Amino acid sequence: MSTSTSTSTRGQATYFDELVTAATAKLQGSEVLLANLAGEHTDFIRLNNNDVRQAGTVDQQKLSIDLIDGKRHVGGSINLTSDQANDEARLTALLGQLRDQRRLVADDPYLMYNTEPTSTESIKIGNIPAPDAALADIRSAGQGKDLVGIYASGDTYNGFANSLGQRNWFQSSTFNLDWCFYLRADKAAKNLYAGFDWNDDAFARKVDWSAQQVAALARDPKDLGPGEYRTYLAPRAMEEVMSLLSYYGAFGKRAHETKQSPFLRMLAGDATLSPHVSISENTAGGVAPNFQSAGFVRPDAVDLVINGKIGDTLVSPRSAQEYGVATNGAHSGEYPESLAIAPGSIPTDGVAEALGTGLFVGNLWYTNFSDMSACRTTGMTRFATFWMESGEIVAPVNVLRFDDTAFNMLGTQLEGLTDEAEVLLDPSTYMERSTASARLPGALLSSMRFVL
Amino acid sequence: MSDSATGLLTEPIVDTAIADRLRAVLPNDVDYASARVVDEQSEHLMVRQNTLEPIFNEFDTGVMISIWNGGGLGYAATADLSDAGLRRAVATARHWATVTAGSMVTATPPPHHPTGTYRSPVEVDWDTLPLDARLELLHQQSRLLGIDKRIVDWSASLTRRNVDTLLVTRGRNGESGEVEQRFRFVYPGMRATANEGTNTQTRTFGANAFCGQGGAEVLGRFGFGDAANRVANEALELLTAPNCPSGVMDILLAPDQMILQIHESIGHPLELDRILGDERNYAGTSFVTPDMFGEFQYGSELLNVSFDPTVPGQLASYGFDDDGSPATKQLLIENGVLKRGLGGAISQERSGLDGVSNSRAASWNRPPIDRMANLNVEPGDSTVDELIGSIENGVYMHTNNSWSIDDSRNKFQFNCEYGQKIENGEIVGTVRNPGYRGISRNFWTNLTGVADKHSFTVMGTPNCGKGEMNQMIGTGHASPACKFSDIEVFGAEA
Repeated sequence: MSTSTSTSTRGQATYFDELVTAATAKLQGSEVLLANLAGEHTDFIRLNNNDVRQAGTVDQQKLSIDLIDGKRHVGGSINLTSDQANDEARLTALLGQLRDQRRLVADDPYLMYNTEPTSTESIKIGNIPAPDAALADIRSAGQGKDLVGIYASGDTYNGFANSLGQRNWFQSSTFNLDWCFYLRADKAAKNLYAGFDWNDDAFARKVDWSAQQVAALARDPKDLGPGEYRTYLAPRAMEEVMSLLSYYGAFGKRAHETKQSPFLRMLAGDATLSPHVSISENTAGGVAPNFQSAGFVRPDAVDLVINGKIGDTLVSPRSAQEYGVATNGAHSGEYPESLAIAPGSIPTDGVAEALGTGLFVGNLWYTNFSDMSACRTTGMTRFATFWMESGEIVAPVNVLRFDDTAFNMLGTQLEGLTDEAEVLLDPSTYMERSTASARLPGALLSSMRFVL
Repeated sequence: MSDSATGLLTEPIVDTAIADRLRAVLPNDVDYASARVVDEQSEHLMVRQNTLEPIFNEFDTGVMISIWNGGGLGYAATADLSDAGLRRAVATARHWATVTAGSMVTATPPPHHPTGTYRSPVEVDWDTLPLDARLELLHQQSRLLGIDKRIVDWSASLTRRNVDTLLVTRGRNGESGEVEQRFRFVYPGMRATANEGTNTQTRTFGANAFCGQGGAEVLGRFGFGDAANRVANEALELLTAPNCPSGVMDILLAPDQMILQIHESIGHPLELDRILGDERNYAGTSFVTPDMFGEFQYGSELLNVSFDPTVPGQLASYGFDDDGSPATKQLLIENGVLKRGLGGAISQERSGLDGVSNSRAASWNRPPIDRMANLNVEPGDSTVDELIGSIENGVYMHTNNSWSIDDSRNKFQFNCEYGQKIENGEIVGTVRNPGYRGISRNFWTNLTGVADKHSFTVMGTPNCGKGEMNQMIGTGHASPACKFSDIEVFGAEA
């Protein structure tokens, strides 16, 4: 297979550096400038029924700045055109507007930025296929099948720079094929092939696995009524639950302090997770930048839950100022970008036997809270979900709604976790391609509550 | 005074000069070519706990070039609007059209080369409320929200977005089109979170749904300046309110919950691209199948649902969609019967079904797909008091705070911020954590009352996610309060 080359290895970093250096020269008095760049060159191919629905290329670079004078500051962003004179003029114009607005704002008691320059660089140039070749390979794998999904590949890059001389750069070239083989209606096997280096054999193994799943879905589906069922949640199903908890403040300092965390009952000492559960923000093991927008570099790992009990929280610089604690380089949303759950002891190859009779849930979907204060969550089964008996697939299961607390699912009802954690790269492309990831094992639950 | 270069940011990008340059760069040797420029300027203000969060100003401009040719289709998006940048984007899109030729789901281009303009209706220019006045307004609301020690977090916010778009099209036989649209959006927000022990309750200003097109008058349209006291007191009230009862009973849904019910269980299932399978890997499919149009009894005879991008001031009003189809009002469901789906010109051509002008893109860096625009339930004949009076045992639910539905848009479960127990035709008290679940295919047949125009409220949902590449876009919804019978209701965890 032919491969594409990175759009630039150092070019974007140098350009960013030059822009910030030029802007720094235009600062007035004691002003401080913080600058962040988020950019991508992405080729995308959207498929339905193994044909192309939409295909194209997106080039974008968003430059966000914070213009500070003492404790007063205002932020803004422009997107860059790669025409240096034009970009410098627009950046100068933005500085002017922010300076105007800054006259109207009071001191910000929670302003905090890194004043000890810590420059870093990470560039991972992968071996990704040229998009024409990727399309041919994907369509070949989907020949005779109803393949639907999205392929996205190319460079993503993030940079931080400030007028104090700090420079941080993170760049990678990756591919991400997020696809399903559909059998009929809502019966499908979902899979993901993503990484830095495309490997034909690895892709073929993924395709074979999906083909086997689709074959299993051909059996007559089973309707299960509301009730409590012994359940295995595969890593992708776990990802849905963990994403919900993460996004709504399970691990964030501000959410904890303002009583808006789904772990409120844990904080009050009224609940715990299972001792089998240890959760961390594992920046060193993820694929996201290790720096944030105020210039703080993140530690390799932050232990968020230790053997079922609350550990540290993710603390943004603003929260650090507001609550009088140290920041650990969290972004303003204070949710993990490289979440990891430590594996357990259930042999990954033996989960069917360990489950015995019950539900094998490959994917969950559309999770949300039915009572956040109690950490009660709801959502749907989706894609490959099977009824198993004595460790064998009996039938695919029509979609079911669960409604249960995480304190049950990952607490009292958790029998154990698999001994391998799967690396899950986030295929999300809202606004820009995500660099988030998760390392999650599967979870065996003695009981899980389904309501519809 | 402002730096003299500030004008570089605030001067409009969408003008005659760029239209001429786009026409010059679009090729005339392909079946259909288009250039869609989006120039967005936005301002985000928030006061949290009486402290101003950092003001943020966004300037986001770019163009999407689309080329249909020889059975292929390609897109190229760039922020480089120089002649050289535009030529590179055209070359990239043309390359993709060559690569995809013969392997497309459909390569039929949009049928239009439209010409026209659209302007958001603005009664009071936003700039008549200068920045210092906007900040003081937010500080005032913040002070009114933080009224009790049990209010542990609170904020008031304002976002203003100005979005100018220009669609230039060109065909092989000399056809050409040009649509210029200028949108002005205002999004006010407010929330108060109260806590006692392990009971946390949040009340908001319509869960961000009180937004729309216009100028400063949008704030008055939704009573932004008068809401803080009610929002804070209702959050406190919920702390001591009993749990919502569980069981099968009637529910009355306020407009700020109805919009979510419409969005999830009518809007998404009627999108033709879902029915055609485009979204099956991500947003999902639909329980609605092509044979159901014209036949299926979607709801009771009280249900009338319109697609209407012509409502003045509603969030997703426009003159043309992003494929150039002119906006018109269409009834999707009439007296409960499903009439047509939500699909733009390309989905209509693919499916052979009637649709609407709803091909929309989130920004310059995403291609258009089928979206909802404004989807509204038409008012009925009953007053809200009459609907309350008709309920022997039920709950009046206000303001969505949780939503979940399956990938076919059938089995749903929704929660609201604030509930009122109804017994023997009267509201008897507040309940916390009200929720209900059901199945879309059956739920709307249980519609037993539709309130009249006096409760009809025009709102919007600012952040609807869909598509691969993922796209976040605003949709408009309007509804009166509606009554549903025999619904499964539940409350908080014990």
